[in-house]
Amino acid sequence: MTRAAAAILRKDLQIELRTKQSVPAMALFSVTAFVLFHFGLDRDRLDGALASGVLWVTLLLATVLAVNRLFAHEREQGGLDGLLLAPIDRTAVFVAKATALYLYLALLELVAIPAYAILLLGPSPLDQLPALLAVLALSNLGLACVGALVAALAAEARARDLLVPLLLLPLLTPVLIAAARATEPLFAVHPETGDLGKWVAVLGLYDLVFMLLSIAVFDFLLED
Amino acid sequence: MRRYGERLALDGVTVAVEAGQTLGVFGSNGAGKTTLLRVLATLLRPHAGTARVLDADLPGDAWKVRGRIGYLGHEALLYRDLTARENLVFQSRLFGVERARVDEVLEQVGMQRRADEPVRNLSRGMLQRVATARAVLHDPPVLLLDEPRANLDPKAAELLEPLIGRASGRTRVLVTHDVEGGLSESDIALGLRRGRQEIAGSATVDQLRELYR
Repeated sequence: MTRAAAAILRKDLQIELRTKQSVPAMALFSVTAFVLFHFGLDRDRLDGALASGVLWVTLLLATVLAVNRLFAHEREQGGLDGLLLAPIDRTAVFVAKATALYLYLALLELVAIPAYAILLLGPSPLDQLPALLAVLALSNLGLACVGALVAALAAEARARDLLVPLLLLPLLTPVLIAAARATEPLFAVHPETGDLGKWVAVLGLYDLVFMLLSIAVFDFLLED
Repeated sequence: MRRYGERLALDGVTVAVEAGQTLGVFGSNGAGKTTLLRVLATLLRPHAGTARVLDADLPGDAWKVRGRIGYLGHEALLYRDLTARENLVFQSRLFGVERARVDEVLEQVGMQRRADEPVRNLSRGMLQRVATARAVLHDPPVLLLDEPRANLDPKAAELLEPLIGRASGRTRVLVTHDVEGGLSESDIALGLRRGRQEIAGSATVDQLRELYR
């Protein structure tokens, strides 16, 4: 399975590097959203709960863009049949797609977090960097697992552009809540760790549940 | 039996093909030819009945035959943003095939010179050659072919003959609208009309042409 997952991931990254469709679109969307929040809220600096909420809503919506494109090359170029004909464990497709989405999110955050710090965020994210990285890593895992699952579910659907946000956003609400609550004290004017441990545990539990669920049902989603 | 919603796409097809034989499948558009091929390729699950391919009952044992079937359908199943070589290397990784085999099949389909161009730049005939290379990359004993010579010029068709023609020695299911050509290379003919079997076994050109009226 590892060999097949690595092959699919490598192919996906190769195509993304060549076409630059997902990550640049996600980054551009995020920066645009920060500018819109800047004018919409009429604030130069955000902190605490508001800063945390704005960041995570933006990242969540950017994730929708990537999830919509996750099976695009298979769908548009007929490659899904090619994958289904191969003698591979279909869990490998899930692992590859979730890993690709995880990497896209990490790359997005490399651009989005500094942009957020420049455009809107009051407290410097560098002050609480290790804790912030832990929250991002765990949140990305949840987003990637659920994103890959929903992308597979919608891959062959006619109204997939509608289906993806309608399925994805409710499923990701627990990630949004936990990630925003975990980030809130990190973005406070006087940073503290507060309930960080509790919300990190919630994120970890969510990741575990959805990873196991995705592995269990992914085969069936790719069946005709 | 296979339905698409309320429409019956395939029903009551019973035919046996021995190793090394060719089954020619004929019928007008919408007769069920592609559906039959996709069921045999494990891409579609029959809603009733079973198909037996290489001693595996489909759909239950589909995993046993994946990797032993070569499928050449309407779609090339190639990533347009990758080159021909990159596509085949990717397939070789999925099928556990040696890297050297990629160069070998590219040579066999006459695509070595254009192997490093993105597939999107290739003509339809060249795309068909690369798709053929993909279908035979893992040297499958069974070939499922849907109009395999579409878009090929006579020279290219001749070039691919050892790979997908009778000379390949593989068991083949060949879907074609070329009644005379298809019949001449078939051991068994299967005629379909609106998803149902009308001819199975031997047939004449006139009998098969009747299916298109």
